[in-house]
Amino acid sequence: MSAAVQPAVSDEVIVYKKRRNIELVLILFAQSFGLAGWIITSLNLYGELPEGVIPVAVIWYVIGIAAHLVVRLRIPYADPVILPSVLLLNGLGLAMISRIDQIPEPVNDDARTQLVWTLLGLVLFAAVVIFLRDHRRLQRFPYLMFIAGLVLILLPLVPGLGVSSGGAEIWIRVFGYSFQPAEVAKILLAIAFAAYLYEKRDVLALAGRRFLGLDLPRARDLGPIAVMWAMCLVVMVYQNDLGTSLLFFGLFTVMIYIATERPAWPILAGIMFMIAGVAAFLFTPHVSRRVNAWLFPFSDYDRNLQIISAQFGYAWGGLFGRGWGLGRPGLTPLAKSDMIAAALGEEIGIVGLMGIIVIYALIVARGFKAAVTSPDGFGKLLAAGLSFAFALQVFAIIGGVTRLLPLTGLTTPFMSQGGSSLVANWMIVAILLIISHRGRMPQAATAAPREAGTVDDATQVISR
Amino acid sequence: MNSPIRKVAVFVAIMMAALLLNLTQISIIQTPSLNADPRNRRVRDAEFAEQRGAILVGNTPIAMSVEAGGRFPFVREYSDGDLWSSVTGWYSYDYAQSGLESSYNEELAGTSSSQAADRILDLLSGRQPQGANLSTSLDPAAQAAGVQSLGDNLGAAIAMDYETGEILALVSTPTYDPNRLSTVDLDAARDAWAELIDAPDEPLKGRGTREVYPPGSTFKLVTAAAALEDGMVPSTPLDAPVSLPLPNSTRSIGNSTNCGGTTVSLEQALMTSCNTAFAQLGMDLGADELQAMAEAFGFNQDPTIDIGAAVSRFPEDIDEAQTALSAIGQYEVAASPLQMLLVTAAIANDGVLMNPHIVDTVTGPDLTVLEAHGPEEIARPISASSARLLQQMMVAVVEDGTGTPAQIDGMVIGGKTGTAQSAEDRPPYAWFVGYAEDPTVAIVAFVENADVARDDISGGRLAAPIFKSVMEALR
Repeated sequence: MSAAVQPAVSDEVIVYKKRRNIELVLILFAQSFGLAGWIITSLNLYGELPEGVIPVAVIWYVIGIAAHLVVRLRIPYADPVILPSVLLLNGLGLAMISRIDQIPEPVNDDARTQLVWTLLGLVLFAAVVIFLRDHRRLQRFPYLMFIAGLVLILLPLVPGLGVSSGGAEIWIRVFGYSFQPAEVAKILLAIAFAAYLYEKRDVLALAGRRFLGLDLPRARDLGPIAVMWAMCLVVMVYQNDLGTSLLFFGLFTVMIYIATERPAWPILAGIMFMIAGVAAFLFTPHVSRRVNAWLFPFSDYDRNLQIISAQFGYAWGGLFGRGWGLGRPGLTPLAKSDMIAAALGEEIGIVGLMGIIVIYALIVARGFKAAVTSPDGFGKLLAAGLSFAFALQVFAIIGGVTRLLPLTGLTTPFMSQGGSSLVANWMIVAILLIISHRGRMPQAATAAPREAGTVDDATQVISR
Repeated sequence: MNSPIRKVAVFVAIMMAALLLNLTQISIIQTPSLNADPRNRRVRDAEFAEQRGAILVGNTPIAMSVEAGGRFPFVREYSDGDLWSSVTGWYSYDYAQSGLESSYNEELAGTSSSQAADRILDLLSGRQPQGANLSTSLDPAAQAAGVQSLGDNLGAAIAMDYETGEILALVSTPTYDPNRLSTVDLDAARDAWAELIDAPDEPLKGRGTREVYPPGSTFKLVTAAAALEDGMVPSTPLDAPVSLPLPNSTRSIGNSTNCGGTTVSLEQALMTSCNTAFAQLGMDLGADELQAMAEAFGFNQDPTIDIGAAVSRFPEDIDEAQTALSAIGQYEVAASPLQMLLVTAAIANDGVLMNPHIVDTVTGPDLTVLEAHGPEEIARPISASSARLLQQMMVAVVEDGTGTPAQIDGMVIGGKTGTAQSAEDRPPYAWFVGYAEDPTVAIVAFVENADVARDDISGGRLAAPIFKSVMEALR
């Protein structure tokens, strides 16, 4: 595990450029997309500028500048591309929700609520950046976070609390607000896994025997992994959600692979997940129905209306889309939440949706870059885990909406309607930015553990 | 830890690439079929809101889009909807379309491939896109005569120029007013649909082309054609017993008309529509030969006419008794009136079957001709000499046989009557098919609920006047 070790103390100091001014320019540019979408919608539908265009524009740009200032003052070495990319997606999401608001008579007001959630997300983003500052403080309570994460995942199964939506039970309803606890659980579990695996990685990697060319771990080290596998099975069977289950299992598998560098883990985990998936397909009606809707949507038009309508939307939108406000996204059920990628594909076209996927990929790539440059193993694991979970979620939901995969009830990060997902993802961005800040700041100035010079590779000291 | 992170990053890159590839695939491969799906409401709404091309008879539009305002800027209007309903069909929001509105939907909507360039120009110049117009070969007088002479009967009449294949009249009764279905008042359209679809006389059925019925004795033309092609002549003697027992069966076939003896010539058998003679003839020729002849005329094949049409059937793998029944147009033989018209037209045109078509030209909004349908030969089911012999026999039917009610002063008319029954408890079907030498027109007249005696003369007596009045309108 030499990667966690700092280069031997030297006089050379690597100083990354901060690129904060570039970030500001990119933020203002990226924010214009969402704003333009909103304005064009109104021009196309009503032939006039939207009501309150000046105050909304001011609020929107002030949000972006404020986020920029928090980063500039507290974590000046953070990656300059992540924040503009996120604001671009968030803006497009807001514009599309506002556009779908215009369909019913009288028009809805969900975009305003979503804007308030965006503000809250940014407040939490700022809070994490200001108060956390160093991600290694998250390393302290792995088991507590693990248990908290598990409780959150299982919360929708509590009678009276859980809400079923589209057959999947991954929502809870408290005081009239519905909430997807898996979104927050994703963060807690990523932190818990990172801390646990960073501590146990040598044991997991080295103890055990070789079997069929694979390095297998000891049985007792399999314990937590078995717990995680069982968890995912519970989610799949009782909450009827393949997507959430895939998300957590994928997160766990990838993190354990990165920690141990043993390909046996992902291979083993892949086989286990496939067995569970096949069993779920054979023995639960919900999973098999989803798979059937995926492979043969036209076999039952009424039941698969949602996915069929999404496909019609893509076809109708074509390569460049009908234009903001000129498509028929309202024909697809749940266009604002699960199916927002379909609505976007219809109005800004296949090309527009491809652009969005590329922006997602850019965020993920920057997350992995933060992982690679992070000086400490915990940061590496956490950044890689969060980035992978983010990528997996994007893959599962956009793949589901475009019929590459069976449709799952995951949210489209930063875009679909819903507060819990938005707020949770903004916190993930904050953590990624902090880790990238730690990785990019001049190495001599880091507060990284200095064990490299004093301790040899075999005996590691875990700093607390 | 960096090495596995890089591998995971590559894996993520593959996932993202899969998303992009899948979108590419949707755009290139799936889009055309998804947009062609009739359940795609986006396409349907957009088409319903557009200015559709007109359907013209001469220079008179029988269907056109006029400005309406409101949710849909245009509404489809049918002038004299009842007269032309069997040709135009309907164009509705919730219930798709039928007739020419359906078979030329893309041209009328302006979405056919030949109009792609126009659409791009419309888009660039901001011009209101407009569909193509259809010019038909229909004759208003013949159409009106068909509707009038069918009257309250359920039935059909089709007239065709057998030298060119142009359809001159296409009537299915009862008629209906397609304006009731095309209205932009969708609730009213829904009520009208419910009323029309549940009506006991089923006006929405296209009886001329989309329905098949037992052709009865008119099918004897096909059997006679097979006999002539087999080397017989009109004077070839045939056995015509009073009753013909069916092989391997307790049933027998009797005659509803007087055959004029127990041995009659082929011509005499056709003139008197002699069942036993033709049943025996069918068995002598064999099932395979009859089937081949029927298929040469278009049975068991997709119709080529440019409006929705059903496949007429001649049964396969039948035994002797079934062959005997099939030879006189009973058992499972089923033909649309259009199919029997085509049999007649091929005979009248010396054995050459021309492609039947309603639309002569499709013209764009700028009057350029996008599509033109001229005379086109599609088959030669029988030789010219057999056709001439059959013509001679059909003229004898009208001059001196069961078809005398079809006689028109000063015209050479050939024809064949038919009365067919599908079940004991329902009225028989009455048929008459015939042609004139001048004008070169073949006509089929068909009545579904013929409330007459179950014999051939009665069927002829009911259907032949319809033939006659359409023919006189075309004179």
